[in-house]
Amino acid sequence: MARMKFVCDAERCIECNGCVTACKNENEVPWGVNRRRVVTLNDGVPGEKSISVACMHCSDAPCMAVCPVNCFYRTDEGVVLHDKDVCIGCGYCSYACPFGAPQFPSQGTFGVRGKMDKCTFCAGGPEENGSQAEFEKYGRNRLAEGKLPACAEMCSTKALLAGDGDVVADIFRNRVVKRGKGAEVWGWGTAYGTKPAAKGEGVKS
Amino acid sequence: MKVLFLALVSALLLGACSEKPQSSGGVKQDAAPFAGTGVAAFTSSDWKPGDKTSWEQKLKARAQYGQNDYTRAN
Repeated sequence: MARMKFVCDAERCIECNGCVTACKNENEVPWGVNRRRVVTLNDGVPGEKSISVACMHCSDAPCMAVCPVNCFYRTDEGVVLHDKDVCIGCGYCSYACPFGAPQFPSQGTFGVRGKMDKCTFCAGGPEENGSQAEFEKYGRNRLAEGKLPACAEMCSTKALLAGDGDVVADIFRNRVVKRGKGAEVWGWGTAYGTKPAAKGEGVKS
Repeated sequence: MKVLFLALVSALLLGACSEKPQSSGGVKQDAAPFAGTGVAAFTSSDWKPGDKTSWEQKLKARAQYGQNDYTRAN
């Protein structure tokens, strides 16, 4: 069974924001909502690093744990999705998420805050696959089209990798071996854990 | 008789204090991605919608050949 994961290679990201543009275009995300964004550390300083950040579809997602209306669910492929018909826009998930993934449109159907919107790994949502309703609420369902997320497929330097965890980890491992540096995968430990969690033990970040 | 009457009245009165189940609702059922969208124009080739194995193979191949530039270069 495929377990979908994101990896961002900070050695390769050139802060072009192609992933951000691809996401907004593919999913027709409204103004004020950025499902994906590029964060630069030590901006302007020699050796600065950039990473593309969105929902990492965590193995033990804190957003799912804190949601008071239980609107989240995880698919068999490990993608964390939510039901906008159930979401009440409380924002708890926003505080719980270590990646700042949950977004709230300023003009929505639920007061000024709106219902939560986030990266779906281009897997749509709990509407009929490929339907207009699914597209309007959650964006494109590329996984059901046999494709990977638009952000990763559009990445010019292939810094952002998406797909089955085994495949993307293998690609990244191969790169690190060849170049001999840059083994740090920011966010991987936080999202997926650094080792299999023992019973009753939390996942290390 | 009096005890029975009191029990009946208590049951009726306390019945109003019961709470509706809060567990209903929740998320809808989502169709599996390997089921496809039914829109052939946007579906990539080389896999059969509804066939889980072919879908997984397709995505693995797409991830490997589309993202691993060492494979593409050599």
